Parts: sequence; C-alpha cells; structure tokens
Amino acid sequence: MDIMFFITSGVAVFATLMVITRLNAVHALLYLIVSLLSVAVVFFIMGAPFAAALEVIIYAGAIMVLFIFVIMMLNLGREAVKSEREMLTLRVWLAPSALVVILLGQFIYILYERSGSPLTASVVEAKEVGVSLFSTYLLGVELSGLLLIAGIIGAYHLGHTARKAYHRFLEGGSE
Amino acid sequence: MTVMGLVVIAGVLAAVISCAAFLVWFERRLLAFFQERYGPNRVGPFGVFQVVADIIKLFFKEDWVPPFSDRAVFVIAPVFVVASVLMSFAVISFAPGICAADLDVGLLFFLAMSSLGVYSIVLGGWASNNKYSLLGALRGAAQMITYEVFMGISLMGVVIMADSFNLKKIVEAQEHLWFCVPQFLGFAIFFIAGVAEARRIPFDLPEAESELVAGYHSEFSSMKFGMFFLGEYLGVTLISSLIVVFFFGGWLGPAFLPPIAWFLIKTFFFIIVFILMRGSLPRPRYDQLMGYGWKVLLPLALLNLFVTGAVVLVWQN
Repeated sequence: MDIMFFITSGVAVFATLMVITRLNAVHALLYLIVSLLSVAVVFFIMGAPFAAALEVIIYAGAIMVLFIFVIMMLNLGREAVKSEREMLTLRVWLAPSALVVILLGQFIYILYERSGSPLTASVVEAKEVGVSLFSTYLLGVELSGLLLIAGIIGAYHLGHTARKAYHRFLEGGSE
Repeated sequence: MTVMGLVVIAGVLAAVISCAAFLVWFERRLLAFFQERYGPNRVGPFGVFQVVADIIKLFFKEDWVPPFSDRAVFVIAPVFVVASVLMSFAVISFAPGICAADLDVGLLFFLAMSSLGVYSIVLGGWASNNKYSLLGALRGAAQMITYEVFMGISLMGVVIMADSFNLKKIVEAQEHLWFCVPQFLGFAIFFIAGVAEARRIPFDLPEAESELVAGYHSEFSSMKFGMFFLGEYLGVTLISSLIVVFFFGGWLGPAFLPPIAWFLIKTFFFIIVFILMRGSLPRPRYDQLMGYGWKVLLPLALLNLFVTGAVVLVWQN
C-alpha cells in the first residue's frame, strides 16, 4: 500500500502544481479535479473510504462542476490567457513562494519527527463518522448548518429581483 | 488479486459492453415494433448484426477535430462518460460471488462515479466552441447536478432499511420483502432521476435535436461520437441493473432458475421500460424540468427519508 500512497500523492502534488501554473482557467480546473481525485484515493488508502467517497461526490462531482459552469458562462477566450500571462510576473511569485517554503520546512520537520508511524491506523466506517459528527462535533455541524442557511437566504435575496412585466395588457392599463 | 477476480472483472466488462452494443439494435427494433415499422432487419437474422455494421461505419469515418476547438479537452471529453459508467459496474453484485469489487461504500461509489460523468457533457460542450454545444452543456450540467441531489437522497431510505452501503448486503436484506414495496416513493424518484442521469427521452434536453442540432456532441464524429453513444446505452444498462439491485431484490427469485438469470430478466424488463418511454413520452420544456426537480421531487425525496428513518427508529425500539 505504501507504493500506492506515494504514486497517488505524487500525482496530487503534480496536478496541484499544474493548477497554479496553467493560464487557461478551464485547464487549471481540470487539473484541480485530478488533484481532488488523487486526494480521495489517498483517503481510501489511509482507511477512510467514506471520506474518499464524499470527497469525490461533493468536491469533484458537484462543486467543481459549478466552477466550470460559471467559467463556461464567462466565455473567456485568448484575451483572458494573455492578460493572465501579463499578470503572472516573477515578482508576484515571490511572497507566496516564501510562505510555501516555510510550510514545506514544517512538513519535513513533522515527517522527520514522526517517521515510522503506520500509514493505515484503522478503517473508519460511515457509522463512526456519523456518530462522532452528531456527538463530539455537534457544535461544528450546527454552525455549518447556520452558515449554509445564511448562504441560501443570501442567494435567494440576490437572485430574487422584482419581476417587471413589459406587456401592454399586464401592466399599467390602457394605451 | 486472485485469478478468479480477474476472470470476473473481464467477464463483467465483456458482458456489459456487448449488452450495450446489443441494445443499439434492440432499441431500434423495439421502437419500430411500437410504431408498426420493421426497423433494421437486413444484416444477419432479424438484423442482429446491424450493430457490427454500425461499428465498422463509425470506425472508418473521418475523425475530425474542429480547428476552433480546445483540442486536448475535446479529445478526452468522450472518455469520461464511458469510463465513469464502466467503473460503476465494478460494485454491482450480479449474483452471489459475481462482483468485481465488493466495496463497503458501494452505493456511494456509484453516486461518485455518476457525478463524474457530467464532465464529459460539460467539457465536450465547452471544448467544441460552438453555440449549440455550449447551450447543451449548460443544460446538461444544471440538469445532472439537480437530479443527482435527490438521486442520492432517494437511495438513503434503502440504506436505512438495509443498514449498509454495500450492494451485496442491500440485496441480501431483501430476502423477505423487496424494497420496492416499503420504498415505493424512493423507487419512483430514483427511476425518474435515473432517466435524467442517463439523459434519455423525456429528459434528453442537453441534446434536444429539434432545437440544439445534437447538443453537446454536435461537433463530435467517428468513434468520439461512438463513445457518447456507447455511454448512453451503458448508462441505461447501469440504471436498470441498479434499480434491480436496490428495489427488486437483485438476483433473488424462485429457485428453478439460477440467480444470474433472475438478475438478467429483471434488468431487461427495466431496459424495455426505458425504451418504451422513449417511444411514448414527449420532452418537457427546460424550466419545467428544473422546476419539477426542485419543487416536487426534492421535497418528496426528503419526506421519504424522514418517514423511513422515523418508522425504522420506532420499529427498532
């Protein structure tokens, strides 16, 4: 299983790098989908099949489709690629790269400290996830529920425009 | 992995693909029968080899990639639909012991794969760089996301009753009573969502040929079109066999026929229902389709889930 883990995480890292460097938005999103799928496989290998399935259903299967949907509507063409190329100068990369180097240092340190721990601790069943969600992490579930309700109401408010009928029989009266 | 496992995988793959190929002829013959015509009856006995002729024709057509398209995305788009449907067949248990991957999250795996199938429509439509394709892709994305939501919810009643996501355990839980009786609402909603998911008439709005030429696959030719075509028939087979697994007791049946025969008989019954619907129902308008989904089917699916949960809870105490 270790070899599987290294292959998938390699794919994930490569795909994520491609997401950052692609100029065409749809190509970047496609690489992001690959990255999400490989993270799902990593979950599966580490003994969390439920999390893996949800990752694919929700992130790769629903949220990314909506992203692509919006980008399709924007109809970005060659000009978008050109402006993207002008925006991504070397100077822009400096600060994020510095932050990433710090994270990488920490990551290597943690790996070094905890080397030798097994990859798969135990397989987590769907039932256990549900039980811990509705006992230990109940507050988190409630808070995210509130956030989602707020989001729905906000979207409804933004999408709901007073309909104005421009029709000689339906509005105003006589001509 | 054992040799037996490989044999099962190869067998399932071969059976499913040949079933989809057979359906191409079967559907045309059956539609012709409903409409008092003959249908394809020239190639071989009763025209069964029509599909071979079709495949040869598809392979020898010009494989054209439009110069205005996004080439890489255009080429990989048709692969998604076939690959995702074929992956879903891995978790179906056709009979005791005949199952490619007996996953504990089998049902969720199917939902995941069906949600990935949207990409072939969306990307195919976008990469074609064609107005009609783009409109078809937009419709397809909205339709499939909508119908996926309550496709998942309608199955949760089955999961509650079987107490498992594993397809084999779901079938075994129907030993005494098929789930189509206590879960009739779930069955009806899953069936409608399945038709929408397979993009069949009456829910084939993404490729409505009367308004959008051929929708998202207008620009595709040769085997790239063939992949979309194959994907549609594989989708019909998949949804029919899943209806059988979830609601009609899978391979269970009286002992005078082997289990696999019962599975095939039930699956073919639902495939014929799919074809009959194509021959008899008109296509709704797009806003009607979306309104019907969100305003009627989603509340019904939620109601079904709540009632099932409550009844099972009371029953167990």
